[in-house]
Amino acid sequence: MPKATGLSLHVPAPGVRPGDTPDFSDVDIPKAGETRRPDVDSDPKDIRDLAFTVIRVLSRDGDAVGPWANSLSNEELIVGLRHMMTVRSFDSRMLMAQRQGKTSFFVQSFGEEAVACAFQQALQKGDMNFPTYRQVGLLISQQYPLIKLMNQIYSNEEDPIRGRQLPVMYSAKDYGFFSISGNLTTQFSQAVGWAMASAISNDNKIAVGWVGDGSTSENDFHAAMVFASTYRAPVVLNIVNNQWAISTFQGMAKGGSATFAARGHGFGIPALRVDGNDYLAVHAVAKWATERARLNLGPTLVEYVTYRAGGHSTSDDPAAYRPKQEGDAWPLGDPILRLKSHLIKQGVWSEQKHAQVEAEVEDEVISAQKASEEIGTLISGNAPSARDMFEGVYEQMPPHLVKQRQEAGY
Amino acid sequence: MASMTMIDAIRSAHDAVMERDERVVVFGEDVGFFGGVFRCTAGLQEKYGPTRCFDAPISELGIVGTAIGMAAYGLRPCVEIQFADYVYPAYDQIVSEAARLRHRSAGDFTCPLVIRMPVGGGIFGGQTHSQSPEAIFTHVSGLKTVMPSNPYDAKGLLTAAIEDPDPVIFLEPKRLYNGPFDGHHDAPVVPWRSHESGDVPEDYYSLPLGKAEVRRSGEQVTVLAYGTMVYVAQTAAEESGVDAEIIDLRSLLPLDIDTITESVRKTGRCVIVHEATLTCGFGAELAALVQQECFYHLEVPIQRVTGWDTPYPHAQEWNYFPGPARLGRALQKAMEA
Repeated sequence: MPKATGLSLHVPAPGVRPGDTPDFSDVDIPKAGETRRPDVDSDPKDIRDLAFTVIRVLSRDGDAVGPWANSLSNEELIVGLRHMMTVRSFDSRMLMAQRQGKTSFFVQSFGEEAVACAFQQALQKGDMNFPTYRQVGLLISQQYPLIKLMNQIYSNEEDPIRGRQLPVMYSAKDYGFFSISGNLTTQFSQAVGWAMASAISNDNKIAVGWVGDGSTSENDFHAAMVFASTYRAPVVLNIVNNQWAISTFQGMAKGGSATFAARGHGFGIPALRVDGNDYLAVHAVAKWATERARLNLGPTLVEYVTYRAGGHSTSDDPAAYRPKQEGDAWPLGDPILRLKSHLIKQGVWSEQKHAQVEAEVEDEVISAQKASEEIGTLISGNAPSARDMFEGVYEQMPPHLVKQRQEAGY
Repeated sequence: MASMTMIDAIRSAHDAVMERDERVVVFGEDVGFFGGVFRCTAGLQEKYGPTRCFDAPISELGIVGTAIGMAAYGLRPCVEIQFADYVYPAYDQIVSEAARLRHRSAGDFTCPLVIRMPVGGGIFGGQTHSQSPEAIFTHVSGLKTVMPSNPYDAKGLLTAAIEDPDPVIFLEPKRLYNGPFDGHHDAPVVPWRSHESGDVPEDYYSLPLGKAEVRRSGEQVTVLAYGTMVYVAQTAAEESGVDAEIIDLRSLLPLDIDTITESVRKTGRCVIVHEATLTCGFGAELAALVQQECFYHLEVPIQRVTGWDTPYPHAQEWNYFPGPARLGRALQKAMEA
């Protein structure tokens, strides 16, 4: 028994800070192929081990191994690789555009491209994502026009949401992409509600909620889990654990929990933990969870173990709070390089083909960017009219808003 | 026509709309099998089944958050918050999500949602069962805020709220559920069956949001009231001998400014009454609008008679509640100038 010495408060802190050597020795990474794949109708209490492991398919040598392998053909993987490369190229150009002063703000997905791109491949037309600002891959992997994303980022005249939101807060109903709020976790319970509505309507569509590791602390997370559990909503609840919430390391949100996935257990929700930088593993787990939802077996909680390789946003400088080389030391590598190596090992890809696709997607991104900038940027002008901000507050403009619009001179 | 309490009328509105539109779903704490702690949803689960009227976990945030998702899907949820005092955990969902969805997505997604909740005092509910938080909703762009004062209006306005394409906050003065109440708490309870507004059509009907109603015509002073205060004002006018014109706003946003302006320009005097606390209450907005629209017609300063800027008390309820005596004094003061 320890002796009582008076109380002291525990304030968690990451093991390393700027100037220190990156250290991920506490991140337990099982071997690829090692984790079992239970049937989708398994009783949640029989698969609790899956919340404490990391489901992985791609081995260090680039092979696809184990029971979660083979959910996609090589042709599909080549397409998936291109999606991720497009996201990366798009991010890099838009980051630069923000640095050039063409818009106010930007959020990139750097290092996390596999999570959204692979997940989307498990969805069907009509399903609905309730994304955060780091899942543009959900749209890009559906060939959503890059120019429309850029028009939104530039808040120009062709911005689908009329200059009303911060850059990257896209909305694309036809692509199963719910309007991004910017307030964290609010959409987790909305995803559950959307899924409940689908079930109430005896529909066959499912919903997907997205949050980060940090925002699992919000009340909304727990409300969503309770409702999903109680009504067995056809929803997949995704936690993208990229280790960092702006400057706050994941230990601050996780507290004494072993993993974020384990939080599903208290709600009786099956919980899986997956290598978020492994395109094949993400897809296989997404397929498992979406199938479960579609079979009316209820919700699944999935934690994607990944790493936010860039800053939180263009307003953030991670060098102030974490070692500069930490991203390079991340034990799960880079999602694009890992899929590329796998395809080369399969004999269906090569450095030359990769370089060619890299050039192609860059051309696509640059030509979309040129066309978008011709319409306008936040700085160059041609924004939606000021009159427009009064529109759509309500379906019908009430008299007090008509009056204010007139007073404003529009 | 049938004689209905406000509870009956609210239940009847649900029933009529659920019958016509299978997209309407109703849920909240104790709302399903039991039919709500005030019984406003009694019988709906039995009639429409447990997937259209059901109990919810005790999470106002979860109730509103899931309802927003349902509305975005294409249903028309009408949810109950058991007491308005409990709505605060859902405030982020209401303000940042429900109210903003149409605008921020440029109409890609909309949120036809009704959030009902009992408000106001007069039942010895203390600070957690008596508040009137209307001003925290009227302050939010994208919301509509409605408060009926009788069974006939309650049914017609709730019908309109459920059919509205935008989110509506529907505030139910709980002291009026079983009968009109004029603030004379020691007098016998008057049932709705002896009041003309207790006669309610059994069939479907709706009343437009944004239209006030003159409850008493008068020449000397205009009283702007809503909810329970409508009856307090009527009694105050009778007891004080001041010939007040009493306007029941019914809908706070949109607001029927034309009816207000017409009356104040006629009387030249205006007293605003509400149960909610004074500072930054909805009365402040009304006073600002009245002086803006009627400044050159006003004979005396606008007065506000409201709850004090304290938490709503328990033992001292009747010292807090703006009753007919306080309002009557304000009416007389308006006439003295």
